[in-house]
Amino acid sequence: MEAEKVYVKALVREQKPVGTQIFSLLLEEKSIASMAKPGQFLSVYCRDQSRLLPRPISICEADPDAGTLRLVYRIAGEGTREFAGLRSGDTVQVLGPLGNGFPLQEAEGKKVFLIGGGIGIPPMVELARRLPGEKQIIAGYRDEVFLTKELSENGELFIATEDGSTGTKGTVLDCIRENGLHADVIYACGPTPMLRALKEYAAQEGIPCWLSLEQRMACGIGACLACVCKSVEKDEHSQVHNKRICAEGPVFEAGQICL
Amino acid sequence: MKERNTTKQVRTEVEIAGVTLKNPVVTASGTFGSGMEYGDLTDLSQLGAVVTKGVANVPWAGNDVPRIAETPSGMMNAIGLQNPGIDTFIRRDLAFLEKVDTRVIVNVCGRSVEDYCEVVERLSDEKRVDLLEINISCPNVKEGGIAFGQDPKCAMEVTQAVKRAAKVPVIMKLSPNVTDIAEMARAVEAGGADAVSLINTLTGMKIDIHRRTFALANKTGGVSGPAIRPIAVRMVYQAAHAVKIPVIGMGGITCAEDALEFLMAGASAVAVGTAHFHDPLASVKTARGIAEFMEAEGVTDIRELIGCVE
Repeated sequence: MEAEKVYVKALVREQKPVGTQIFSLLLEEKSIASMAKPGQFLSVYCRDQSRLLPRPISICEADPDAGTLRLVYRIAGEGTREFAGLRSGDTVQVLGPLGNGFPLQEAEGKKVFLIGGGIGIPPMVELARRLPGEKQIIAGYRDEVFLTKELSENGELFIATEDGSTGTKGTVLDCIRENGLHADVIYACGPTPMLRALKEYAAQEGIPCWLSLEQRMACGIGACLACVCKSVEKDEHSQVHNKRICAEGPVFEAGQICL
Repeated sequence: MKERNTTKQVRTEVEIAGVTLKNPVVTASGTFGSGMEYGDLTDLSQLGAVVTKGVANVPWAGNDVPRIAETPSGMMNAIGLQNPGIDTFIRRDLAFLEKVDTRVIVNVCGRSVEDYCEVVERLSDEKRVDLLEINISCPNVKEGGIAFGQDPKCAMEVTQAVKRAAKVPVIMKLSPNVTDIAEMARAVEAGGADAVSLINTLTGMKIDIHRRTFALANKTGGVSGPAIRPIAVRMVYQAAHAVKIPVIGMGGITCAEDALEFLMAGASAVAVGTAHFHDPLASVKTARGIAEFMEAEGVTDIRELIGCVE
């Protein structure tokens, strides 16, 4: 929570599509690249002043040596459409790294599942890279797959697609069952129905499960209280059963939160 | 505060009910926490004051999510005044502000007159509090949920009660969701208010046409940001002409030029709010920009600008 963050203009090094409406943005920003942890995110600001809220986008890759950050995002509206128009040599205002990130130490000596669903898949790339032990990556897509090369380079990759075009037809849990997979700890990011199912699965299996949540954000740094989630215990900061996704999260132990 | 904060020959100090601010720029309640989260991004001592997020007598859980939505050149929020309650606020937030070289304005919310007074009394021995700002856009549960600030009689009564309990000057923060803002300003002045601040957010609604439901869980929310600025300037002008007490103006201010409109319309100070979400440094940049404008225009004292447009 007390992690350092900077508000800076980052240099665009490369922009390329990696799927339909999905783009990869490579930024040069040494200080954020050196501080960033897997599961953290950036607030990315629009140049168009009529869109005043930053877009929170998870960090797909952070290379401290090269001083670069990679964001992989889907065009979901006018703001992300503006980002897709950024070209090499442009600058973009960002704030970060934000949030807590995945707790890497929880994986020590354990067999790990890294589970991503849809646009929740990108943070699994840097997480897989920084987790040294045995890991299986389960990626769930609607139809078209992306980032499979980066994922398979950093772990054993299993794919589920809703339409069955690649891998298991169905959900990430269908994929886990079809392949008879087991793990000691889960790290996941994706749509709420997926996270809800994984929370239940982890409880049944009796294994720890860390989920990265998403919610509309304004300040991104814990001041405005827009992006809260319900917590099981009374939260120390809020004094109510609400946790700030941008500050205490976005990654929570599944048992701490209500989904 | 202690010494005159001047850039070259420019005097930017303003006075609100006997309290001197080093410059006229403060933060709008609810957009800035208590400054803690912004402290490592910006220099809080460059501000005229930090206005804290509204605090109640007990913790409030606020509304369900989604709590915010973007709107053209603005946003809509229904946070529901989530706050940790006065005990935690004093122990944590006021303790943090102890170390910050700026004025502290504590914003107070409540569901009844008694709620407001309890908070004000709990703060009465806190030396760090320079001014109180009372948010009367909260629903009055005893009067069927109409906001205190939407009825002149209720607004006057809460002002009188708070004034009896308060040991520091009281700013009443007005709701713009009224037919006649001048009448509301006069009502709280008659109740003993030391200053007024306006505008709070304008009630709005946004429909998510793909989900066929409201964009916010609360159905309605308060619209803020540059989209509402002309309305805010007009209301500040009307309020400033209706009362003798100082006016703190706000509503869509993003930069010095915006702030100067409010000052010239009659505000003695201004608040930067929603703009912090687009630029965490917006309030500090606004303060600096006002001094630069004065230098460029040969204005030596900011008081020459306040209300200069008749």
